Amino acid sequence: MAAKFDLNDDGVVVIVGSGAGGGTLGNELAQKGIKVVVLEAGPRVEMEEFINDEWEAFSQISWLDKRTTSGSWRVAKDFAGLPAWIVKAVGGSTIHWAGASLRFQEHEFKTRTHYGDLSGANLLDWPITLQELEPYYAKAESKMGVTGTNGIPRLPGNNNYKVLAAGAKALGYKEFHSGNMAINSRERDNRGSCQQIGFCFQGCKSGAKWSTLVAELPKGEDTGNLEVRSDAQVLKIEHDASGKVTGVLYGDKAGNVHRQKARIVAVAGNSIESPRLLLNSASSMFPDGLANSSGQVGRNYMRHTTGSVYATFEKPVHMYRGTTMAGIVRDEAKLDTSRGFAGGYELETLSLGLPFMAAFLNPGAWGRSFTSAMDGYDHMAGMWIVGEDMPQETNRITLHASEKDTFGMAIPNVHFDDHPNDVAMRNHAFRQGSTLYEAVGATRTIHTPPYPSTHNLGTNRMSANARDGVVNKNGQTHDIKNLFVSDGSQFTTGAACNPTLTIVSLAIRQADFIADQMSKREI
Amino acid sequence: MRTIDKRAKVTRRNFLKSGAAVAGVTAIAGGATVTVDPNGAWAMTTQHLKPETMVTLVKMARDLYPHDRLGDAYYAKAVEAYDGKAGADATLKQLLEQGVSDLNTASQAKYAMPYAAVNEEGDRVAVLRTMETTPFFQKVRGDMVVALYNQPAVWAKFGYEGSSAEHGGYLHRGFDDIDWLKDA
Repeated sequence: MAAKFDLNDDGVVVIVGSGAGGGTLGNELAQKGIKVVVLEAGPRVEMEEFINDEWEAFSQISWLDKRTTSGSWRVAKDFAGLPAWIVKAVGGSTIHWAGASLRFQEHEFKTRTHYGDLSGANLLDWPITLQELEPYYAKAESKMGVTGTNGIPRLPGNNNYKVLAAGAKALGYKEFHSGNMAINSRERDNRGSCQQIGFCFQGCKSGAKWSTLVAELPKGEDTGNLEVRSDAQVLKIEHDASGKVTGVLYGDKAGNVHRQKARIVAVAGNSIESPRLLLNSASSMFPDGLANSSGQVGRNYMRHTTGSVYATFEKPVHMYRGTTMAGIVRDEAKLDTSRGFAGGYELETLSLGLPFMAAFLNPGAWGRSFTSAMDGYDHMAGMWIVGEDMPQETNRITLHASEKDTFGMAIPNVHFDDHPNDVAMRNHAFRQGSTLYEAVGATRTIHTPPYPSTHNLGTNRMSANARDGVVNKNGQTHDIKNLFVSDGSQFTTGAACNPTLTIVSLAIRQADFIADQMSKREI
Repeated sequence: MRTIDKRAKVTRRNFLKSGAAVAGVTAIAGGATVTVDPNGAWAMTTQHLKPETMVTLVKMARDLYPHDRLGDAYYAKAVEAYDGKAGADATLKQLLEQGVSDLNTASQAKYAMPYAAVNEEGDRVAVLRTMETTPFFQKVRGDMVVALYNQPAVWAKFGYEGSSAEHGGYLHRGFDDIDWLKDA
C-alpha cells in the first residue's frame, strides 16, 4: 500500500524526479525501511494509456515546458525550444528510453588520465572506478533483467538488426549482437516478454521494457514506505541557518505551492532541471545557487556525440517492426586515438515511424531531394551513433535572464557547442555507418543530424575535490551533506554508451550510502 | 516477407466533408461557407480563408513535399486545418493571406501569372526559393511536414503500418522476415 506522508513530516527523504535515478533510489530506500516522498513534475500515465502514435505520444509524455537554446549546435536552429527529448511523467525518461543497458569501460572512468589535456575539454577522472561500481552494475542488471546477463537470452534480431549485422560482418567488425537490453526476452519479474511492438520510445504498452513506472515505483509503494506525488513540480530547495536543507517548495497542478519538509533531499530531475533547481534555490547564504561553491553547477553539459545513418535498399526492410534499438556494433567503442579522436562510439539500430522520420531526417529540408528519400521509407535501415562527447565548461545550463515559468521561476537556457573531438568522431562514425550499409547494397545513405538530446549528462558532476565539481563519489553535494544528486547530471564524463544502467547502478550504491549515513546519524 | 498494400484507400468521395461538390470555386448561397473544388481531385469547404488562398496553399504543400504517388487530396487534407485555425487566430490568418499574396506577386513578376497557374514544378520551386526565409514560408513548411506525414492514409502509401500493440505487435507479423540478405 502506497504511503501518504504529511507535509510537515521532517523525517522523510524527498526525491525530486521519478526516473532512472530518482525512481530507483526511492525504491531502494523504501526497501530498507526509509520513508520516501518522490515528487514528480508530470502526471502518472499508466502503461495501458500509452499511445502507438508518435505525435500523440509526444504530446502525452514529453517535457514541453518552455526552454531556450544557444550555441552552434544544430538543435538550437532546428528545435530552438526543444533542446531535449525527455519525459515529464511518472517514470521520467525510463518511459521513453530504448532499453540499451551497457557498462562503462574501465578507461572511461579515467578520461583525464587516458585522453590527456585536450584543449577546450574540461576532462576529469571520476572519483570512482569500474571495480567499485561492478557489484552495483551486477545488481542493476539483475533488477532490470538485462538480456545477455544473468543467463537471460538476448532478444531475437529484427529486420533492421539483420541488415546492421550483415553489414558489420562484411566490414569485419567482431562485436555485434542484439544488445544488452532491459527488455524481457522471456517472462521475468511479473512482466511479460517483448511483443516486438515497435513503439519503445512512446512507452512500452506490454511492460516488457523495464521502467521505474512498471518496476521500481510499484515495488517501493508496496513496502508502505514510498509515496509518489505526481503533478508536483519542485520550485526551490530550502535550507536553515546552518546551511542544511530542510525541505522543498513545489507547485501542484492547480497552481498552488506547498512546502514538504525533509530530512534529506535528493535531486533527480535530469541534467537540465536538476541544475536549474539548484540555481533557482539561490539564497543570501548561497547567492550562486545551492551546492555551487565550485561554480560548476550547470556546467560541463554533455549530450553524447550523436547522429544517425539511414540507408535505402533495393528491397524492403520495414525497420519499424520490432524493438527500436534492436542491436549494436561495439567495435568502435574502444580507445584508439589513431582514428583522430579520443573516446569511442557505439552504432545501435534505430528506427522512426513515418511521421518522425519526416520531422527528423533532415530538419528544415524540403523539395525532391528530401521527398525522394522519404519515398524509400519502407526500404530503409537505420542506426544511431552514441559517442563520448567532451565536457566543456561553456556548455551549460543557465537561468534565463527574463523568462519565467507559470510559477515565476526562471526557465533554463541550454548552451552547446561541439568540441572539435566531437566533430571528428561524428564524421568518422557517419563514414563507417555509410560503408557498413553500402557493404550490403545500400543505394543511398543519409547522415541525419542529432535529434534533441535524450542523453543529458554532467551538469552536477562528481569530483574527488570540491573545487572541481558538485558532488562526491556518493552523489552527496560537496557543500551540503543532506543534499544529494541522483541522476545523470552526476556524470563526470559520458562514456561511449547509453547512460541509464550507470544511473541505476549509482542510485543503488547511493541508497546504501544514505542508509548507512542515516543509521550513523551523520545526516 | 510480408509487404503492405499501398493502393489508395482514400478516395475523393470519402475525403469530401459535405455532399454536393460543384466544379470551380463557388459560394454557397446565403452563407460564408465556400466549397473549393478546383480540379475534381479534392474539395473542401472554407469559412475563414479565401478559396484562392486554399488552392494556392495546397499547391505550395505539394511543391514543398512532392510525392508523385500522392494525389492532391492528401495535400488538401494537410492544409485543411488552416481554415479553422485562421478563424480563431487573426495573426495566422493575416500571415497566410499576406504570404499567399506575396507568393503570387513574386510569381506574377517572374511568369506573369499567379503561383498556382504556373505549370512546371521547377518553375514554382524557383519562386518558393525566393521566399524561403520568410515567416510565412517557415510556418507552412513546418506545419506541412507534420500534417502531411501524420495521416494514416499516407502511412499506408509509404508502407508504414502505424499502431501495432492492438495487433499483438510484430512478433508474429514479420518483425524478422527479411529474406533478401545473403548473409544475415
